[in-house]
Amino acid sequence: MITIAAVYRSIPGLTEGELLHFIEADWVRPVRRAAEPVFSELDLARIRLILDLRATLEVEDRTVPLVLSLLDQLYATRRHLRRALGEMDDLTRNRLLALLSEQEQEGSTSF
Amino acid sequence: MAQDPYKILGVPRTASQDDIKAAFRKLAKKHHPDLNPGNAAAEAKFKAASAANEMLSDPERRAAFDRGEIDAEGKPSERAFYRQYADAQEGARYQHAGADDAAFADIFADLFNRGGRAGNGGPGFGGAGSGAAGPGASARPVRGQHIQARLAVPFGLATSGGATRIILPDSRNLEVTIPAGTDDGQVLRLRGQGEAGWNGGPAGDLLIEVNVEPHAFFRREGDDIHIDLPVTVAEAVLGAKVTVPTLTGPVTLTVPRHSDHGKRLRLRGRGVPAHAGHAEGDLYVTLHLVVGKPDAALEQALVDWAARNPDDPRAHLKVVP
Repeated sequence: MITIAAVYRSIPGLTEGELLHFIEADWVRPVRRAAEPVFSELDLARIRLILDLRATLEVEDRTVPLVLSLLDQLYATRRHLRRALGEMDDLTRNRLLALLSEQEQEGSTSF
Repeated sequence: MAQDPYKILGVPRTASQDDIKAAFRKLAKKHHPDLNPGNAAAEAKFKAASAANEMLSDPERRAAFDRGEIDAEGKPSERAFYRQYADAQEGARYQHAGADDAAFADIFADLFNRGGRAGNGGPGFGGAGSGAAGPGASARPVRGQHIQARLAVPFGLATSGGATRIILPDSRNLEVTIPAGTDDGQVLRLRGQGEAGWNGGPAGDLLIEVNVEPHAFFRREGDDIHIDLPVTVAEAVLGAKVTVPTLTGPVTLTVPRHSDHGKRLRLRGRGVPAHAGHAEGDLYVTLHLVVGKPDAALEQALVDWAARNPDDPRAHLKVVP
């Protein structure tokens, strides 16, 4: 578990105002919300992602929630699909993969 | 980073700081790993662009590079990308705003003709007990992702078994043992060859889907192998010893006297070798009568033969002669 001081040490350039803003806006959810919040590696990576979005990828502050929401849905889909794939027998999984890759190929020619 | 940073960013050596920043941003938008979670190449491209940007946006390092004093070897700052964590169960902490795990089924509900929510603990989706980690469990070991791959395998290798190599998208070159009797579409699992785990969890597996290439003349049906074998009129009528290819080399087959077209002969044990609970299969040889180039003598012989054999082979089709 990572303390708030350690977060600042790992991400040079992150200001206190920024981090509080991220938490206030619910973009970052510390593992434990307390007087001394506690973070995990996941939170740390997410803070870096948000900084990238704003600085490098030129996403405006008011558009960040939209981008995060879409990314969260994308990753949720990946997690659920992965879990479902893990439960499938090989035959079903292969059929699904074959169907998906066919559609991808069709899709890419139509774009 | 061995390549010229100007080339990586696609800018001329005279580019201004703004040009460099703009070029990096353009590449970053395209290749940021967290925006391309399934794409292994994106991370490499993003890291190369970051390293190039780091060098060229520092006027001192850029000048030193331009003067040839330092080469392009610059380490991009190592960092863990969000996608490494978001794909693990812990990522469920950032379920899209306010949604609980069960609500996720809503996204797929219409695809499965199921109206409304799956409900807590509903079948198929959602049950938080199936692995969504609560905040307290976030540091528990998580197994790495499986990697899916396809491998085209020649018919003989898939049937008899043996070793081959596979080159993965991450450029690893692995030896793969193909078990005897491998079927088209079968998945081979190489444990621990997938992506690394998190928090001390085990690595994922490598799942290789085998695509068996068709053979020029062998066909496989279960544990048996089939081949069509051309024979001459003389061999069919008079009988002969002929050579038949098998997976383990040519063997001699006796074509019995008076064999008809389509006759099926069996070479016991010459099919798929014994494997995992399957006894060895057989090789079925189906004779295909080939007339070739008849000469006058054969024609005359057949005229006489036909006169003595008026039987109609099409009688069962009720064809009017």
